[in-house]
Amino acid sequence: MSDREDAFLELAKKYEAETGVRVKFDLYAPSESYSQKVKAAAQTNTLPDVFGILGESRDLASFIKSGFVADLSDALAKDVTGSWRDRLFEKAFEVNQFKAGNSYGVTPGVYGIPLDMTTIQFVYNKDLFAKAGLDPEAPPRTWQDFMVAARALEEAGIQPLVSGFGEIWMLDALSSNWAMNIMGEEKFFDTYRGKVKYTDPDWVQVLSLFKEMTDEGVIVPGAVTMVNKTAEQTFANGRAAMAFNGSWCVNVYKGMNPTLNYGAFLPPQVSASRTIKIWGGAGSSFMVNNRSARKDQATAFLKWLAEADQQSFLANATNNLPANRKSLKDLSPILAQFADDIDNTTHPNVYPVHEDHRVLEAWSKGIQSILIGEKTPEQVAQEVQTAKEREMSRKK
Amino acid sequence: MNSYKVREILGNYVFIVPALALFAIFSAYPFLKVFHLAAFEFDGINPQKTFVGWDNIVDILTNNPVFWASMKNALIITVLALIIQNLLALLLALACDRDIRFGNVYRVIFYIPPVLSGIVVGLIWQWIYDGNYGLFNHLLEFLRLGHLKRAWLADGDTALFAVAVIHMWKGFGWGFIVLLAGLQSIPRELYEAAKVDGANAWHTFMNVTAPLMIPVFILVSVLTILGTMQIYDIIVSTTGGGPGYHTEVPISRMISEMTGAGRFGYACAMGVVFGVVLLIVSVVQIRVSKAMKQA
Repeated sequence: MSDREDAFLELAKKYEAETGVRVKFDLYAPSESYSQKVKAAAQTNTLPDVFGILGESRDLASFIKSGFVADLSDALAKDVTGSWRDRLFEKAFEVNQFKAGNSYGVTPGVYGIPLDMTTIQFVYNKDLFAKAGLDPEAPPRTWQDFMVAARALEEAGIQPLVSGFGEIWMLDALSSNWAMNIMGEEKFFDTYRGKVKYTDPDWVQVLSLFKEMTDEGVIVPGAVTMVNKTAEQTFANGRAAMAFNGSWCVNVYKGMNPTLNYGAFLPPQVSASRTIKIWGGAGSSFMVNNRSARKDQATAFLKWLAEADQQSFLANATNNLPANRKSLKDLSPILAQFADDIDNTTHPNVYPVHEDHRVLEAWSKGIQSILIGEKTPEQVAQEVQTAKEREMSRKK
Repeated sequence: MNSYKVREILGNYVFIVPALALFAIFSAYPFLKVFHLAAFEFDGINPQKTFVGWDNIVDILTNNPVFWASMKNALIITVLALIIQNLLALLLALACDRDIRFGNVYRVIFYIPPVLSGIVVGLIWQWIYDGNYGLFNHLLEFLRLGHLKRAWLADGDTALFAVAVIHMWKGFGWGFIVLLAGLQSIPRELYEAAKVDGANAWHTFMNVTAPLMIPVFILVSVLTILGTMQIYDIIVSTTGGGPGYHTEVPISRMISEMTGAGRFGYACAMGVVFGVVLLIVSVVQIRVSKAMKQA
């Protein structure tokens, strides 16, 4: 979030001028360091009035159960100027909301205010598509289209796809998009529940997509250990025609190559019977420190931050998708493409059931093994199932 | 003992209080806390912890193949570093121990890699090893060995060795400095005497240099083992532990358990197991080296 420092400082000045309340922003990078810092602050009772939690819903639940995060449900309901909540995308609230009967045992409520939103999709370089004889305004929609486009790009001497597949969450994101498309959400979650095995043909088919990409040379060499920042540079410099990336990339590509001519498209559909779900929802959210003496002031500030003027300012200054519906009209065309599919998003943080980290790691590491041609989809499926059974026996 | 004497003794102890306090706060307490947390299920956030006793340790020992695979990876890098890195360091130290031209310049050059940040070194080598535009692949092509070109850090057959090369490149300068200091402490008269007795370079090394350098060899070896087994920064900046589990090392597993899985207590237990393994390896290494010295 440190790339937004100037915008936040500007907003802090504006808020002080309007209300007389001084707001101090402290931003930290990288995200992993921030996550540890905020956990350490919780342990020592030194959390600021407002803070973010960069982590899984498991972490947010633990913060809430430890009494560090204020429930904002009442504040949202008591808003006399009309429903504060209605102005924001419901999808943006999902990650900060715990419903009755949630698996973490958290008291139902809303525990954070979304600052912006994300969707994770494919981006493609229109100039490289044109160079390969592909229609730059018609990105692939289906798996077959995607592979046809990839072959055309290869024939034109252009590397088709780059992504930071060294970051295993990216493999988890892409593969779960395809898994939900192929088998549907119920079967997907039943696998997490332990009712369906990872050796099921549908899961093997998901893994086979990665094998097909490997066999056809679709993915840039080295992408399997590449961090997303390097993948972003590769795409921005025109060394690959497509990338799997989140909407935050708009700001990143702007910094790397302001003249980059690109568009966004949904991950190619494998099964026509279901729409493809993508990862997305709230990008960053702010929580109010439940132990703060300035809880009301902190909540008022978040409410102000979520208003259309501030959201539009942030969207323009940082090229992120706003959480406020009214700010959508001010978006650039590429951000508007990312925003188009907000209603079609999902995210592990809002899943009704959660897979164990070790199983997810075995899954994504297994895909890496397929991408380097070391293992078959069937082998990986079996290994993941073994990891799953090991974790299930641990929990018994 | 009269009160003056007691005050004098206590007065002396007052001087070590600052150092003792710093040691207690920043070394002893965290060290003991790791053992304490290893016996709990703790996510690093919620102050409430569940006591699990030896469960975490037992699980690591019996039910965590990935951790032991990471230990094997670290061991392979360590063996390579012990042999190649230290041999290179010794050869360079022997060369610089002689009165060669620009000896001081070489010392500075050889010591540059160890002072660089591991993350920076990793990023530089990532560029060198790049599958498409890497310097190393260009070199292979120039040498008409283009058929060997590959993404060195993303290939299951080469990733671990590629990382080991980076580690050795970064580490040899440190061993070089220590070994050179050891070599320079050997009295020159011994070499002159050996020369008078007609010893050639090999005999001089085996009968004069090596026996007197054994304490230094032990020091360098132990520190190489401890330093290499704890490799992490180069891994995180090059492969992230991939592809697959090919370059996972114990520290990366601990970080993964701590931040990825939210199992802080389990990660501490891994630290305890890892520490015990290092202790055993170090003790064995020292005993073997001492036995060699006596022989």
